[in-house]
Amino acid sequence: MEEGDDLESQEVDRVETITRAPIVRTAIERSKYKLVAENIVASYSGVVAVKDVTMKFKEKAVTALIGPSGCGKTTFLRCLNRMHELSKGAQVTGKVLLDGQDLYSTREDAIIHRRKIGMVFQKPNPFPTMSIYDNVAAGLKLNGVRDREIIDQIVKGCLEMVYLWDEVKHDLKKPGMSLSGGQQQRLCIARALAIQPEVLLMDEPASALDPIATQKIEEMITELKKEYAIIIVTHNMQQAVRVSDYTGFMYLGELVEFGETVQIFENPRNEITAKYVQGQFG
Amino acid sequence: MITIEQRAEFRKHFRNNIPTRLMTDRIVKGVVFCCVVVAVVPLGSILIEVIRNGGPVLSVDFLTQIPGAVGSSQLGGVGPAIQGTLLLIGLSSLIGVPVGVLGGIFLSEFGSNKLGNTVRFFNDVLAEFPTIVIGLFAFVMIVLTFGSFSILAGTFALSIIMLPIITRTTEESLKLVPVTYREAGYALGIKRWVVITRILLTSAKSGLITGIMLAVARIGGETAPLIFTILGSSQFFSGLDQPVDALPLRIWRLSLLPYNSSIAEGWGAALVLIMIVLSLNIGIRYIFLRKQGGGGGRFRIARGG
Amino acid sequence: MGDKVFKIAAAVAATYVLAIIVLMVFQLINGSSAIWSKEGISFLTGSSWNAVEGRESYGAAPYIAGTFVTAGLAMLIGVPISMGIAMFMSELAPKFLRTPLSFVIELLAAVPSVIYGLWGIYIFRDYVRNWIEAPLNSTFGNSVWFLSGAPFGLDIFTASLVLAIMIIPTISSISREIMIAVPNSQREAAYMLGATKWEVFKMAVVPYSKSGLVGASILGLGRAVGETMAVTMLIGNATGSSAFPSSLFAPGQTMSSIIANEFAEASAGSLHLAALIGIGLILFIVAIGINIVAQLLVSRVLKAHEGAVLA
Repeated sequence: MEEGDDLESQEVDRVETITRAPIVRTAIERSKYKLVAENIVASYSGVVAVKDVTMKFKEKAVTALIGPSGCGKTTFLRCLNRMHELSKGAQVTGKVLLDGQDLYSTREDAIIHRRKIGMVFQKPNPFPTMSIYDNVAAGLKLNGVRDREIIDQIVKGCLEMVYLWDEVKHDLKKPGMSLSGGQQQRLCIARALAIQPEVLLMDEPASALDPIATQKIEEMITELKKEYAIIIVTHNMQQAVRVSDYTGFMYLGELVEFGETVQIFENPRNEITAKYVQGQFG
Repeated sequence: MITIEQRAEFRKHFRNNIPTRLMTDRIVKGVVFCCVVVAVVPLGSILIEVIRNGGPVLSVDFLTQIPGAVGSSQLGGVGPAIQGTLLLIGLSSLIGVPVGVLGGIFLSEFGSNKLGNTVRFFNDVLAEFPTIVIGLFAFVMIVLTFGSFSILAGTFALSIIMLPIITRTTEESLKLVPVTYREAGYALGIKRWVVITRILLTSAKSGLITGIMLAVARIGGETAPLIFTILGSSQFFSGLDQPVDALPLRIWRLSLLPYNSSIAEGWGAALVLIMIVLSLNIGIRYIFLRKQGGGGGRFRIARGG
Repeated sequence: MGDKVFKIAAAVAATYVLAIIVLMVFQLINGSSAIWSKEGISFLTGSSWNAVEGRESYGAAPYIAGTFVTAGLAMLIGVPISMGIAMFMSELAPKFLRTPLSFVIELLAAVPSVIYGLWGIYIFRDYVRNWIEAPLNSTFGNSVWFLSGAPFGLDIFTASLVLAIMIIPTISSISREIMIAVPNSQREAAYMLGATKWEVFKMAVVPYSKSGLVGASILGLGRAVGETMAVTMLIGNATGSSAFPSSLFAPGQTMSSIIANEFAEASAGSLHLAALIGIGLILFIVAIGINIVAQLLVSRVLKAHEGAVLA
């Protein structure tokens, strides 16, 4: 789809201008961004959930995806590390470029790419039979890291990054399930960080947590941003304002507006965005 | 905290083991697929051999006549065995169905207590129980007490085998009836037992039928308990206190004989039996697929005896 | 009034199951009391088997051993294949294949045992003897004790193979349900780390469902232990001390097969009959133990996800 193709409708045109105009498809332009999603169309058993979304994500920045439930934001996020295709009847077309390399170019590569693009899910899902230590080290073993000392270092470092080290350093052998909900979620983030990803995807990481645990996760995101490109799906607009630098608003499977968070919330250019951020629907 | 330099250092320890891992993955997938083939081949072989060897024997005479004299080259029939199997199924159902359905009603409607849990648990244990032990039990209980092998003893044994299957499927299908049906009935002031027997059982009908068919398919193929109870006979049914024949028992007896004609009869009887059992199972699957959740759960397919 | 009667009737019907089990214990003890008072503990440990009047002597040890050897061998072969099938059906098979395939596998369970026996004697036995037993025996027969002896085809090995085929549908269909009950979030966690399908299975599915899979296998063991007809027809029926499993290619005997085989020869009131019922009692105890453990393991897993499994 080329820019300015759709001129039949003013409304669509305006949306197109906002979302697509800045994208100049040259290799140099792409390289400014860590992750670029182009023309993503995703469906479940024929039902289209994401309709041709193009978005790009900067390094060392947090991008929030907001929108009412069912708008396709989670599906879109899951396309970014080829997780969507694992669902039954799921289909994806489009490109996802990590440092200019297309994740979807070959079939088998998914496992390499998923390692580079870590993901944190809505509900904490530690491996219940593994200890805290083993949960964090799980991905390292897959990737052939054998050196005990290195594994110890990484586990400690990652637990520190999620502010969990001090709480669990004496209980590393305990099962991951023995932790509280918030701790479990941070353990899952540590598990994702352990394999040294370049991008971190978070699907409503705090939705199942209490306010204090949520606050910890948010602080952590702000800290992690110094090193990673983070993309976070949230239905909590205050959270988007607090943690993100850029915000994309999705509605009915389309990216309606995408820009700096301050602009989206204070000065939205689209009517629907304005209604949504003012809480008129959702 | 992990610094950027550290991260670069850590990454050096990651091995490029992806080709090997993908290869392992592919090998495992291949092996797993072979497992499926290994399981399907015997089923195919059994069906083919039973049809190939049993098919030529089938005739109206074979289905209706009594067995020939042992060792004669004349092909006998399995009429008494078919009659016996049908009688056993019918009589066992007379006991097994009402008791099993009532038991299922108890578990579903009144069974969330200690008695219910105990019954549910032992019901499942009994469902997986060696049927030969049930046969021995029926032998001691009925045959030794009354002094003769009889169709009644066989009925007693087979009804015990039916019971857990029917109880379980009844409970499961009653639990699938929406609570609103019950509430609607009670709101109209209808008595509980009327609600259960008129409304709930009617709504759960397909589940109940599935359960009964499962149980029938299961006892239709049972052999071991019959050795101790009905004994076997070459004559048609002659009274409730007399021995009878049954297809699976006849197959066993025929397979032990060294004559080609007996073995051919055995295959013929096997074909008749497998047609009965498989058509029941396919019928069950049809009901089950047509009305999803029509009961069954763990017992979607009748276990062969 | 009607309600009360109805509830009592239902409770009586439900309790019938318990009554049957209690009565079974009682009758089996009663029916076998003669053998216990004559042989005592040596009924369990002895191996002589002589039904000639005046010189009667009965020991069940070879048949207890035979049961465990055949069932164990069947597990050794059947469990890995069942797990493979369950993995294929829950993790790998395309959607359109799952239902028909699970139906076909479960049909294996519907084939009556006596037909397995018939097929085993006249078809399968020849393949086993010519393609598996003979080559194994000629290669290893002299060096490996359990592969010695001229293969005949009607022996412990063939019986165990057929048993393995018979327990595959039981184990694989329950295992499949248990694997399906593993929440997808577990699989996603492993995928997220860059795991392949096999690694996801090892890392997320197996540890999560382990106790249920063990339970499913034990249910299969219960079935193998109690299985009668196919084993009776295929195991070769040795008695006395020669029935002790010495080689896979030697004829053997299990608890259930000796009961089925010798029942016709035991007259009412004889010690022989009491011995057979005594073996039935041992089988009862073994089977009820196995099944209770299995039910506890399986139902705990499946009930926790009841909606997912039964819906």
